[in-house]
Amino acid sequence: MVKGKISRITGPLVIAENMTGVQMYEMVRVGEERLIGEVTRIKGDQAYIQVYESTTGLKPGEVVEGTGSPLSVELGPGLLGNIYDGVQRPLPFIADLLSKTSPKRSIFVEKGVEVSPLPRDKKWHFMPSEIKTGDKVSGGDLLGLVQETELILHKVMVPPNTFGEISWIAPEGDYTIVDPIAEIKVNGKVKELYLSHRWPVRFPRPYNLKLDPSEPLITGLRIIDTLFPMAKGGTGMIPGGFGTGKTVTMHGLAQWSSANVVLYIGCGERGNEMTEVLERFPTYKDPWTGKPLMERTVLIANTSNMPVAAREASIYVGITIAEFYRDMGYDVLLVADSTSRWAEALREIAGRLEEMPAEEGYPSYLASRLAEFYERAGRVKTIGSPDRVGSVTVVGAVSPPGGDFTEPVTTHTRRFTRVFWALDTALAYSRHYPAINWILSYSAYADTVSEWWAKNVDPKWKEYRDEIMDILLRENELQEIVRLVGTESLDEGDKLVLDVARMIREGFLKQNAFDPIDTFTSPKKQVELMKLIIDYYRKARELVQNGIPAAKTRESLGRLYVDIIKARFNIPNDKLEMIEDLRKHALDALEELKSKEVKGA
Amino acid sequence: MSSLYGIREYSKIVEIKGPLIVVEGVSKASYDEIVEVELSDGTKRRGRVLDVSKNVAVVQVFEGTTGITTTGTRVRFLGRPLELPVSEDMLGRIFNGLGEPIDNGPEIVAEEKYDINGSPINPAVRAYPEDFIQTGISAIDGMNTLVRGQKLPIFSGSGLPHNILAAQIARQATVKGEGEEFGVVFAAIGIKYDDYIFFKKFFEETGALNRVAMFVNLADEPAMIRLVTPRVALTLAEYLAYEKDLHILVILTDMTNYAEALREISSSREEVPGRQGYPGYMYSDLASIYERAGRVHGKKGSITQIPILTMPNDDITHPIPDLTGYITEGQIVLSRDLYNKGIYPPINVLMSLSRLMKEGIGPGKTRDDHAQVSDQLYASYSRGVDLRSLAAVVGEESLSETDRKYLKFADLFEKKFLTQGVRENRSIENTLDLAWDILSDLPEEELTNIKEEMIKKYHPKYKK
Repeated sequence: MVKGKISRITGPLVIAENMTGVQMYEMVRVGEERLIGEVTRIKGDQAYIQVYESTTGLKPGEVVEGTGSPLSVELGPGLLGNIYDGVQRPLPFIADLLSKTSPKRSIFVEKGVEVSPLPRDKKWHFMPSEIKTGDKVSGGDLLGLVQETELILHKVMVPPNTFGEISWIAPEGDYTIVDPIAEIKVNGKVKELYLSHRWPVRFPRPYNLKLDPSEPLITGLRIIDTLFPMAKGGTGMIPGGFGTGKTVTMHGLAQWSSANVVLYIGCGERGNEMTEVLERFPTYKDPWTGKPLMERTVLIANTSNMPVAAREASIYVGITIAEFYRDMGYDVLLVADSTSRWAEALREIAGRLEEMPAEEGYPSYLASRLAEFYERAGRVKTIGSPDRVGSVTVVGAVSPPGGDFTEPVTTHTRRFTRVFWALDTALAYSRHYPAINWILSYSAYADTVSEWWAKNVDPKWKEYRDEIMDILLRENELQEIVRLVGTESLDEGDKLVLDVARMIREGFLKQNAFDPIDTFTSPKKQVELMKLIIDYYRKARELVQNGIPAAKTRESLGRLYVDIIKARFNIPNDKLEMIEDLRKHALDALEELKSKEVKGA
Repeated sequence: MSSLYGIREYSKIVEIKGPLIVVEGVSKASYDEIVEVELSDGTKRRGRVLDVSKNVAVVQVFEGTTGITTTGTRVRFLGRPLELPVSEDMLGRIFNGLGEPIDNGPEIVAEEKYDINGSPINPAVRAYPEDFIQTGISAIDGMNTLVRGQKLPIFSGSGLPHNILAAQIARQATVKGEGEEFGVVFAAIGIKYDDYIFFKKFFEETGALNRVAMFVNLADEPAMIRLVTPRVALTLAEYLAYEKDLHILVILTDMTNYAEALREISSSREEVPGRQGYPGYMYSDLASIYERAGRVHGKKGSITQIPILTMPNDDITHPIPDLTGYITEGQIVLSRDLYNKGIYPPINVLMSLSRLMKEGIGPGKTRDDHAQVSDQLYASYSRGVDLRSLAAVVGEESLSETDRKYLKFADLFEKKFLTQGVRENRSIENTLDLAWDILSDLPEEELTNIKEEMIKKYHPKYKK
């Protein structure tokens, strides 16, 4: 291994000399404390190293040692339910270790702590597949199964880029991740396979074929599922100024979405937000299976005060783990909060490397790095047999300075993502949550997923959705006029549009993440709510066209009006007949109004 | 900490630039090490290493470089990062911005010495903050609830009463059902002497001085020390909270001065600037201060942070409030419009937010109607404010009857709910009843954020 010496230290960047032979992006150990670092530039015999831990106290002359391999993650059973830092060190194990060695400092993340990502002593029950001695295998082939958590059956696979002939496979039994579970012969040499393997984070894991994302990722959030849907294997972004509810939306996605596995990356965000996930998820039930949510979740935490270089790595650590579960044939959702902090880490390191800055000090390769990252999403036919289809859906939060969507991270991310959920400060100020602006947002999957909705939920989904969107767009135009001349001068049809648009905003788009009923809306309930509002609108419009004032149509509802708006949190997902009742009563009320008015005339 | 090399002295200064000196011939200096600079006349200054190569060290001098010469100046490397000796006896004392006593009191007998940079708290040992702090201020308790372990800044403007508000919070803050008072760690970062005297007098008058530790760097003192002052204060706060089981309230004022100092040091190092000349790492740097708050499992104490910052030109999109808002758990925003209307506290509730509110309120903590009442106040007041601007254009008479009720509601909200005395301490029940009082002025069917059962239980119409 290469061994050199520190020649300069400036913040998280260390320059070492006498490093001839070191590889680009090789992981190195820096100084007496053996801090983790990664080589980001090589010049002559000098290596520029970004260090993933605080460099306070480092001195020129201290040793830098190469490890011979790039920054890698350990993949195997035991990932689910765990929380890691940006370079895959398990945070609970760090706390345990420190409580023994330096109890007073055990609440902190101290430097130079070495802990392996997966527990070495835990035994897993391994059930071999039908593979037999003499079978030819290659990367992705199923070797056996391990029940990792109640929710997830972990598929033990031949690591990618590995092939050979099975010479031994372990019988069913309990094994740790360091016990061999199979042996293969490659060119006459025997190689042992384990329950776990390592994979370099900056290399996408291979797949067989990319497929079109056509199935929606249901999130239970009405404005998302209905107006701006996400597809399994798709990419999306949530830009928004502070206080607009990025994190609450991200938590909502992580909690309720119809994914099998969720990767939650807290990238440069608040410590308490990670704690919230860590404390609450074990007590929340997955709406799809009824099991505790933590059983399908992996957390990566690089909080805003943790070393900035590890922030850059955390995104890659996360997506590599996501790809690993994708390869087993699962639908994985990765949420990264916030990719702006990742970009800033990139900028800080580029600045220390004295690279030529492009826009706002960001390096010129910001766009290509973003593109590479989002390209790792997708729905794929995996390598290996039996045939499997898995997906990685990526949603990145973006924190534009001053809420300005024209800044580089927002504009570049827009180019590589297909769903845009724009959070709006004005909506947030009036506590309209989720504060997703329905005029600015878009989804490229609205058409591709409509087939699924038609087949599985309601054939009229697309029709209702488009009509709701039309009313909202029309309202937006009318608001401009109202701002100039007031509501009185509008014609009755437009007044009705304003009335119904308010009904849509209050009774459909607004959603209280903290209300037990409102927090998750089943696809069926979403359609029923739309139908309620649209049928009312169509009938009322007919009346208005017959000369009945818009105000009267609303008055005719009486208390029903409030009931319609409150249906979102008063009527649970399993009592949808109540919405149907409400719809009938509303239509009856209009019918009554019609006969009264016609008689009067 | 790595092994230390003890004290080494050098005298070859090759460059002096702003607050920085470049020293040559240095061996084994470590990054972030503390140095002592002795001028030819014998006066001493303090600094720290910002950049170190094989034989060159760049040192930032806290007290500035005025008067330093390239000859005759001696630079001593002390072999350790800047540390604060900590002790429980520091409560009741006054220190300078580097943590040295300036009140002529007895010497501090240190129980421990800690690196002022601290270490990040392991997210896996944090305990989620959820204990409601009653500040007695309706706009905060009712709509932007503070909880123990939160970091909730006050975004203010020059001349607005943020000091009075912070003092009122410090005086009135209690946790329901616990008599225990908060210990206060106060860091003055480049503030004016009058502001300092205001707080000092306030702590004296309320008899709180013996549970307050003050760290003072005034406007006329060296700006570079401002980078140290909040860290020194938080180091003491962490010691008191996590080793001495105390509940600590940390007031940092004014973080704008801190950020200015950060920009100054960055530009003298010729770093690539980010927005408006502030360094690209300002987010991480501010986070290394704000994140030093919270509760942890297995420890009784907690740190609640109330940083104060004045927004340059009252602009909330300025990098300082902007980055702060991305790190802290909400913000209390003061408004010049409300202040000019004579309203105290002039809190713009629409722009304010407490992210940890939801876990701190509700049955058993405050009251079962709290969340819904708060939502309703927000929705109705924001509608009222919107209509105000519409009424200004088209006239009040062209608004519908319901809309006019909203206009009246907005006025009631500001005059009855928001406005309160500097010494008025409202209980949370009081605050919520007041809210129902003004909400009952709106037609009942407009209360779309409140569930039927709560209306039946608390609406004045149904309550006898």
